[in-house]
Amino acid sequence: MPDTFFTTSPHWRWYIVLYFFIGGIAGGAFVIASLLQLFGRPEDRPVIRHGYDIAFAGTVVSGLLLTVDLTQPLRFWHMLIRSNVGLPMFKPWSPMSVGAWGLLLFGAFATLAALGTAAREERWQWRPLRWRPVRALGSGVAARIVAVVGALLGFFLAGYTGVLLAVTNRPVWGDTHWLGVLFLISGMSTGAATLILVSLWRRDANAGTLAWLSRFDRNALVVELLVLVVFIISLGSVARVLVGWWGFVLLLSLGAGMVLPLFLGHGQSPNLSRLIRPATLVVVGGLLLRMAIVFSSETFSRGGGTGIGVP
Amino acid sequence: MPEAMGFFTDTTVCIGCKACEVACKEWNQLPAHSGGRREMSGDSYDNTVRLSGTEWRHVKFIEQFHEDRHTSGDRWLMMSDVCKHCVQAGCLEVCPTNAIIRTEFDTVVIQSDACNGCRLCIAACPFGVIDINPVSHTAQKCTLCYDRLQNGMEPACSKACPTDSIRFGSIVELKKIADQRVSQLHAQGEMRARLYGADDKFLGALNSFYLLVDNPEVYGLPANPKLPTRNLRLSSLLSTAGAFLMAMLGIVTLRKRRMDAMATSPASFDA
Repeated sequence: MPDTFFTTSPHWRWYIVLYFFIGGIAGGAFVIASLLQLFGRPEDRPVIRHGYDIAFAGTVVSGLLLTVDLTQPLRFWHMLIRSNVGLPMFKPWSPMSVGAWGLLLFGAFATLAALGTAAREERWQWRPLRWRPVRALGSGVAARIVAVVGALLGFFLAGYTGVLLAVTNRPVWGDTHWLGVLFLISGMSTGAATLILVSLWRRDANAGTLAWLSRFDRNALVVELLVLVVFIISLGSVARVLVGWWGFVLLLSLGAGMVLPLFLGHGQSPNLSRLIRPATLVVVGGLLLRMAIVFSSETFSRGGGTGIGVP
Repeated sequence: MPEAMGFFTDTTVCIGCKACEVACKEWNQLPAHSGGRREMSGDSYDNTVRLSGTEWRHVKFIEQFHEDRHTSGDRWLMMSDVCKHCVQAGCLEVCPTNAIIRTEFDTVVIQSDACNGCRLCIAACPFGVIDINPVSHTAQKCTLCYDRLQNGMEPACSKACPTDSIRFGSIVELKKIADQRVSQLHAQGEMRARLYGADDKFLGALNSFYLLVDNPEVYGLPANPKLPTRNLRLSSLLSTAGAFLMAMLGIVTLRKRRMDAMATSPASFDA
């Protein structure tokens, strides 16, 4: 019996699944927005703005989800400050400790980027947006620094959650090295799909930008599909945990969230309205992927404990 | 500096009386199982079922019987399970709040007032020892009676054990006793007797180690428990490679789009 089958479930349920999902979208949306800002064209600006806004909103929601998931929510600050001495709390070898700082810093950069684009485009009549330092965030060197550092943190936020699961002794999670990269690429694909949906809803995106987003998403889906297959193979005999309901959900995520969008012409269609269905499937598939991976291990009961057998 | 202290549990003399469970509950003021409601597990004589945030000791009942229950060699195995107080402890390693500490006795203790209930230690423990205590709403487990040790007293469970199945003492002394006991059992013909966690084959040794007479898995123990951080380096490297691939994918396709656009129009974009 694999050694991970003797452990206890940490009771990570919907708040954590939703955090993994929303955190991935936030990280992915920021990375894509920063790529468009650094290497794109003027007509990409509406999508850049959406990307930074999604990242900002995503970090706020992520922070709330993580806080309410704690069994002692008022002690959330213990992640950042050592409660007995008041010094910073940081353990570079603990993904949760690094992740707490990563989310905080990503939130800070997402805020700066969202403020910068709002100031540049004078969207709101809010006095702080007219302050010179805030306006400076919208263009030039400051904007580029925010975009580059924020993108690195966005990659981190999208992928560290998978590494965190791998750095446990639970079935499935601790039996593979591929969860980090799987979540990271899924964050990119769901981030791109969310940007497509928000842009179509707001009706302000350039057709060329949407076409690039759709192609980027298609490429990310192909990579994600390959990584998902490698992930399942890497589980070896532990993959039997996936035989059942959550394995079916994983297959659904693979089929409906990755393969079907590719066949629906995602990335090829010149017709904008035809982007809605594949993008929606990609977003739903990203949620199903995280549900399957978290719950397949969570619902696995311990193999240890009292045993009845023959000598 | 006090020397390393711990438990040696000789499962061959455990009679399943559960005095250790009761003593642990009493000393540590742990609440009753299921709020005091009487629940039968239907699983041998074991109604505690597993270690948890309120069950820091658990006597396992392992029935090894053929269907006719009269075959030679049929037997009961009993084992009082507890936190292993690993020399290299996975829970302590990953705890993001430093709530889990190593004491001067080389034991591992969760400081309840620093724990915020993230539950990473539960997933990190290779033995399934830790869980949330529904009263304190924090992760809890055996402290090896840290408060008693600080006052020169023996832990409550080993003090209560009527057969000395649970022995408390310095790790050096306990290992000597354990080796002698294994030799004694081998001399008596019980060649299956072996120690689990006494040496540093895994987790740098366990400060609560066992004498078993069957494979560890039979007792609900992993054969080769590992630290959770074994996956950290490769998982991080693969994720970094994935990030690089995605960044390159975006940059190359955007560059190509820009080149194509510049070929038809001189407009450029400076963010």
